[in-house]
Amino acid sequence: MESEANKILDEVTQGDYKYGFFTDIDMEYAPTGLSEDTIRYISNKKNEPEFLLEFRLKAYRHWLTMAMPKWAHLDIEPINFQDIIFYAAPKRKRELSSLDEVDPELLATFTKLGISLDEQKKLSGVAVDAVIDSVSVKTTFSDTLSKHGIIFCSFSEAVQNHPDLVKQYMGSVVPYTDNYFAALNSAVFSDGSFCFIPKGVRCPMELSTYFRINAANTGQFERTLIVAEEGAYVSYMEGCTAPQRDENQLHAAIVEIVAMKDAEVKYSTVQNWYPGDKNGLGGIYNFVTKRGICKGSNSKISWTQVETGSAITWKYPSCILMGDNSVGEFYSVAVTNHHQQADTGTKMIHLGKNTRSTIISKGISAGKSNNSYRGQVRISKNAVNSRNYSQCDSLLLGSRCGAHTWPYIQVDNKSSIVEHEATTSKISEDQLFYCQQRGISAESAIGLIVNGYAKEVLKQLPMEFAVEAQKLLSISLEGSVG
Amino acid sequence: MQTEHNEIISKARLIGLFEKNRKLLVRNDTKFLAVKRDKAFASFVELGFPDTSLESWSLTDLEECLARGYDYHLHPMKEMDIQKVFRCNIPHLDTAVIGQLNGWYVSKDVPLMKLGNGIIMGSLAEARKTYPQLIEKYYGTMADDMAEGLTALNTAFAQDGVFIYVPDHVKSPRPVQLINVIHHGENLFLQPRNLIVVGANAKLSLVHCDDSYNHQASFSNIVTEVHVGAHGVLDHYKLQNLNNESTLVSSVYFRLEEAANLESHYISLNGGMLRNNIRLLFNGPHGNANIYGIYLMDGRQHVDNQVFVDHAHPGCTSHEMFKGILDEHAHAIFNGHVLVRRDAVKTDARQTNKNILLTDTARVNSKPFLEIYNDDVKCSHGSTTGQLDTESMFYMRQRGIGEDTARMLLMFAFADEIVSKIAIPQLRQRIEDMVKKRLQGELQICEQCVLHCSSPEHPVEFQIDMSKILA
Repeated sequence: MESEANKILDEVTQGDYKYGFFTDIDMEYAPTGLSEDTIRYISNKKNEPEFLLEFRLKAYRHWLTMAMPKWAHLDIEPINFQDIIFYAAPKRKRELSSLDEVDPELLATFTKLGISLDEQKKLSGVAVDAVIDSVSVKTTFSDTLSKHGIIFCSFSEAVQNHPDLVKQYMGSVVPYTDNYFAALNSAVFSDGSFCFIPKGVRCPMELSTYFRINAANTGQFERTLIVAEEGAYVSYMEGCTAPQRDENQLHAAIVEIVAMKDAEVKYSTVQNWYPGDKNGLGGIYNFVTKRGICKGSNSKISWTQVETGSAITWKYPSCILMGDNSVGEFYSVAVTNHHQQADTGTKMIHLGKNTRSTIISKGISAGKSNNSYRGQVRISKNAVNSRNYSQCDSLLLGSRCGAHTWPYIQVDNKSSIVEHEATTSKISEDQLFYCQQRGISAESAIGLIVNGYAKEVLKQLPMEFAVEAQKLLSISLEGSVG
Repeated sequence: MQTEHNEIISKARLIGLFEKNRKLLVRNDTKFLAVKRDKAFASFVELGFPDTSLESWSLTDLEECLARGYDYHLHPMKEMDIQKVFRCNIPHLDTAVIGQLNGWYVSKDVPLMKLGNGIIMGSLAEARKTYPQLIEKYYGTMADDMAEGLTALNTAFAQDGVFIYVPDHVKSPRPVQLINVIHHGENLFLQPRNLIVVGANAKLSLVHCDDSYNHQASFSNIVTEVHVGAHGVLDHYKLQNLNNESTLVSSVYFRLEEAANLESHYISLNGGMLRNNIRLLFNGPHGNANIYGIYLMDGRQHVDNQVFVDHAHPGCTSHEMFKGILDEHAHAIFNGHVLVRRDAVKTDARQTNKNILLTDTARVNSKPFLEIYNDDVKCSHGSTTGQLDTESMFYMRQRGIGEDTARMLLMFAFADEIVSKIAIPQLRQRIEDMVKKRLQGELQICEQCVLHCSSPEHPVEFQIDMSKILA
């Protein structure tokens, strides 16, 4: 039993990263290193208006005064920001108007990723805004969307075509002063997605971006902004992969969500960036600031994330529940293997009356990895009759991994109820025995149990994503312990 | 210089005080202890007082407490009325009472007793002289002078306190009651140091009270080291009932050897600023520790419980349960930290924190934290914050119980989950009464020791008209 379990564990831990391929396409790089000149270069390349350059420079100057945060339970090699290329774009000779004009290599990349734009277009009805190394290459279904008045485009296009909206909302949820990586992103962000759902519109399809880090030594600094006006609804999906590289690649993104009165935004992420090899070499450094604000009453923001990749994950999708009766949700499955380190969780800041939040976090650690949940629930004095329920479970596979839970709970009024519970355990031998006794192999049994363990979160994902997430779980985990 | 009057506490003042009086402080030290003291002093010079930039102190700001003027006495004060201390004994309970007044050991007869069964108890200062080898074996081996500035400060200045030694295989026939009373005409800064050793297969019940007699401000920085030998049993009670001007930082370092058993109860009834640093190390396999806490705070009282349990060996069980009721502007903090090390298989650890907020101005911060490096464990934590259950209230009101009484009953029931864990029946009765009085707002920090003043002829009862209920 023990030795078989070890064998399976070895098999899984030695499994290669499936998405580790490198697409050879012409790239255009910014000079290596970070300075005001780099920022001017990026801004100039993207033909940005003056206010944005100002914003970037202010963020950069602020960043210079900050120090890398040390509080996370992460062991991070010092990052030399002067060694990083802050901007890489596939060389474009002219504007693209149809899929045929896209570099065939690029299309092949997408096919390998399993998101052939074509196929997506025809079969799933998903509008995809694919971001490859910072520049959004192609946006599909924009016609259908524009009929509803929905703006779904790359951030750069939004800057060109809707500067007022960008000016109004950018930095309103995550100011550049927020934290070290937010400041860095604000200074050098390259591209990302912009999404605006006008008043009363229910977005007819699920919106999706696919981020991918391709060139070596480039940081990816994308910035996503989603605004749902009164009564609007949108479900947004983000998926991420990166090819196999030995050096650590830096990724510092910002996602901002604004939900007005009665609006609902559902944000789903599947993150499968290169986690480094089994000796902990290489892999992505993922420092992300994601935050949504429920500005109006009865609004709702729901985060769902499946985190299986990255060497280091530092990510706390948060909700500021400002409007009365607003709702925040956070569902997360975080898987770490090999030498991966994840410090992830959420913040629920209750400001409005009768606000509610739910946190379901499932951490799974295997190999020599460390997986931490760090969450904050804060009920302010005015958030009367608020309610929070948090559940954070950890599953440990193997005796060399670590699982940690840091919940910060603060309650400042008497009418709110906050509940938090957490458990840590390994896969029960009884369950394994039960399955094996009935002819299910140890590997399938573990897959079954782990999938069942994560079910509560997986069922929150949109259909297309749920399938991929389950596959990912099976790649990274199935049969990884006894 | 032997006494410093009414000066604010600062790092510089204490460094000066130490340097000026080093000779006096080390005069009874063996070489080993003198080295320890100097090391601790160096550590304090480096660490200083904890401030809010440290995560574990981020919610408890001592700045205001330190900024008051305090006297510092390097010799026992003359004006002591030791009889006051011994009024505090628990009625109907046969205990061995030992006392501290303003941080100094006080006794009716001898400063250090050795009983027929080998139990030694008395002044730590005396014990250093009489049993230097015994002291060297345990003293300073549990407290962490390198990490906590206040612990380092205590070690640097430690002069007196209580020493209790229960030899191997000896079961103390009576509970020991240690009463630490603060009573002085001026503001006082005091740093008692206690050492409790329960030998292998030995047993001790210890009731440890921190009381103040008047409304004078004080700052106590108490460090207590507790060693429980293999298969030893310690039943530990800590009662805190201090005035609203007092600051108490109590650091207790427990070390449990193989299969040792600890029951610890923290009962915080009053105090301006209470900080309990509870650190527990399982230094051998199969140990068991239950740590219970109840805090009943109102006014602008502040209570901060920091519990760290280090599962360094396999097969140990630790259960923490802290409950609190907060009224008016009170602020409570619970930080639990369970560390399960790589080899500590078959660990069973549980943390629970439950709070009731009675007003919109009361505040709670709860952080039950698990850090686990092993897969063969059973660990869980839970934290809830809410109000009294409206349905239970309705149920009782419906049966003719007045609103106030119903609320009292519910709060008492909430607290009773902790109080009922007290194993000594007389003590449980006493504390039940104190909790009832406290909830009814009758428990005062007056010119009396609390245990004494809470010894009414009749037990405290709720005002319930039983005829209505039974009919």
